[in-house]
Amino acid sequence: MTLKQVHSEQPKEFKFSNENLDKAEEILKRYPEKNRKSAVMPFLYLAQRQNNNWIPLAAMKYIAKYLSMPYISVYEIATFYTMYNLAPVGKYFVQVCTTSPCLIQGADKIVKLCKEKISPNENKISKNGNCSWVEVECLGACVSGPVIQINDDYYEDLDEKNTIEIIDSLIKDKPLQPGSYRGRKSTAPEKKQLENGKNHA
Amino acid sequence: MLKPEDKIFKNLYNELGWEIDKAIKRNDWQDTKNIISKGREWIINEVKTSELRGRGGAGFSTGLKWSFAPKEVGSRPHYLVINADESEPGTCKDRDILRFEPQKLIEGCLIAGYAVNAHVCYIYIRGEYHNEGKRLQEAIDQAYKKNFLGKNACASGWDFDIHIHYGAGAYICGEETALLESMEGNKGQPRLKPPFPALVGLYGCPTIVNNVETIAVVPTILRRGGKWFASIGKPKNTGTKIFCISGNVNSPCNVEEEMGIPLRELIDKYAGGVVGGWENLQAVIPGGSSMPLLSKKICDTITMDFDSLIKNQSGLGTAGIVVINKNQDIVSCMARIARFYKHESCGQCTPCREGAGWMWRILDRVAKRKATYSDIDLLSDVTKQIEGHTICAFGEGSAWPVQGLLRHFRKEVESRCREEPLIKKKIDNPYLVDQHLLENENA
Repeated sequence: MTLKQVHSEQPKEFKFSNENLDKAEEILKRYPEKNRKSAVMPFLYLAQRQNNNWIPLAAMKYIAKYLSMPYISVYEIATFYTMYNLAPVGKYFVQVCTTSPCLIQGADKIVKLCKEKISPNENKISKNGNCSWVEVECLGACVSGPVIQINDDYYEDLDEKNTIEIIDSLIKDKPLQPGSYRGRKSTAPEKKQLENGKNHA
Repeated sequence: MLKPEDKIFKNLYNELGWEIDKAIKRNDWQDTKNIISKGREWIINEVKTSELRGRGGAGFSTGLKWSFAPKEVGSRPHYLVINADESEPGTCKDRDILRFEPQKLIEGCLIAGYAVNAHVCYIYIRGEYHNEGKRLQEAIDQAYKKNFLGKNACASGWDFDIHIHYGAGAYICGEETALLESMEGNKGQPRLKPPFPALVGLYGCPTIVNNVETIAVVPTILRRGGKWFASIGKPKNTGTKIFCISGNVNSPCNVEEEMGIPLRELIDKYAGGVVGGWENLQAVIPGGSSMPLLSKKICDTITMDFDSLIKNQSGLGTAGIVVINKNQDIVSCMARIARFYKHESCGQCTPCREGAGWMWRILDRVAKRKATYSDIDLLSDVTKQIEGHTICAFGEGSAWPVQGLLRHFRKEVESRCREEPLIKKKIDNPYLVDQHLLENENA
């Protein structure tokens, strides 16, 4: 369970766009007729994508009505899961994995860089409005650590130098390519091995 | 040492291509129709012969689990649910299967679905794996195009559909009943067992929940025979397993090896050795963060399989090996893991919800050298109070690593404690959530 704050300024209305309405109908087909409720998580994702990566209360009400479930159940789900943002985030939402495997490979240095370059506090949007960052728990790419996730993409095998490059590219609104920053295509053992880990962050 | 021809995941590193045509060249979807035509009994028996144990952490016999599903479909349909909510720190094997070997998983779903009488399969992928989910969807679409899925799937006479359901960043949804709750559109809070999901699962219907890796190895087992699989590894701990080696090693990697391989061989041969040499090793977490760590002395000789690790008061779990060398502060490392559990507790059972926070705060205090000697006993007591007093195994998962720390590194922990409490002033605060933070201001 995480502490989440609902944003103070909320839009009054929310509606799925036509495109998302079609998608919503597609999603409903996956689940049995009488279990429409199952679609609440995919619907919240749709709403989040439509509304600049955050979910307003109006969207929760709209989804509750759509799936004929109580509003509080939708609210409950939106607050339970960490990936639903209840307040605006930057256009580039940087999620830094800081759980132990990444931490011992140097994730704390990446957090420090985020504090310096994006904003001193988590969830606070940077000065130019492009980025915000947050510490998250294990992203499930431990052998490619340290890892950050920017929107949907993983940036792996980072060290301080290329983290700076990545964050700078976000601030300039020209994001670098996702993937491994040590040139790895997969999680195979590397031929050119690190010497005593000096290439780690 | 696993022979190359015995490797099941030949494309673990995407050297051969993930697309369906390339997968068929690697013998995926070969004879699937024949396998299914041999019937449920045969499939389940063959999986039992292989002694395949679930790869998701608990290590329960897969064949046995399948045999718990009712033999005849009653008024309620059966479901197959694949657990791809891989969030155990140190584990990233399912990600590679989803990315590079999706056809193995899909074929396994069809066979397992047939074996447990399920026409519908849901794959629950963690929300962060957005790109991996997209890849899997592409693979599923390719399989539909070849008529390997859908009506009369693979000409076997069995109708079978696969749907993807994304999670949204909750570690607890990797627990099977929490996963089912989450799929039903509720908060992911585990259910009391029994009844087990095999009888009352998704939407109250019989449901079999399996890990990605378990299902993905099934087609190969059935093609090559259960005996072949059982001949690899050790008795009762058979077959191959993907190990994820991360942390202070020179070349962190995923590697498929046979069960029962010595830990030292894994680290030295595949992961390029410990940073600073084997002598610089401090501890190893052998199976994802929920499993108690091992001291260097045990690591020298331990083999990686379920039973030998249990003998050493740890467990294979998901086989996510986290190597910690002597340059790391072991207490802060474990404090970080305790923080993970505090963050991820679903909040349903009091011992876990409160205890996870307690453990983190005490460990944090120890790491900052602000704890007293009595704190160690308190910490040990808290872990005992959590263990076994919760609905799901999360309680054990959060308590065991701390117990492991106290078991192997008690001296280290004690050396950071002091005789007298740092704060003697009495604070009159009615609601202390993070007491030590308040204490700092008063100190």
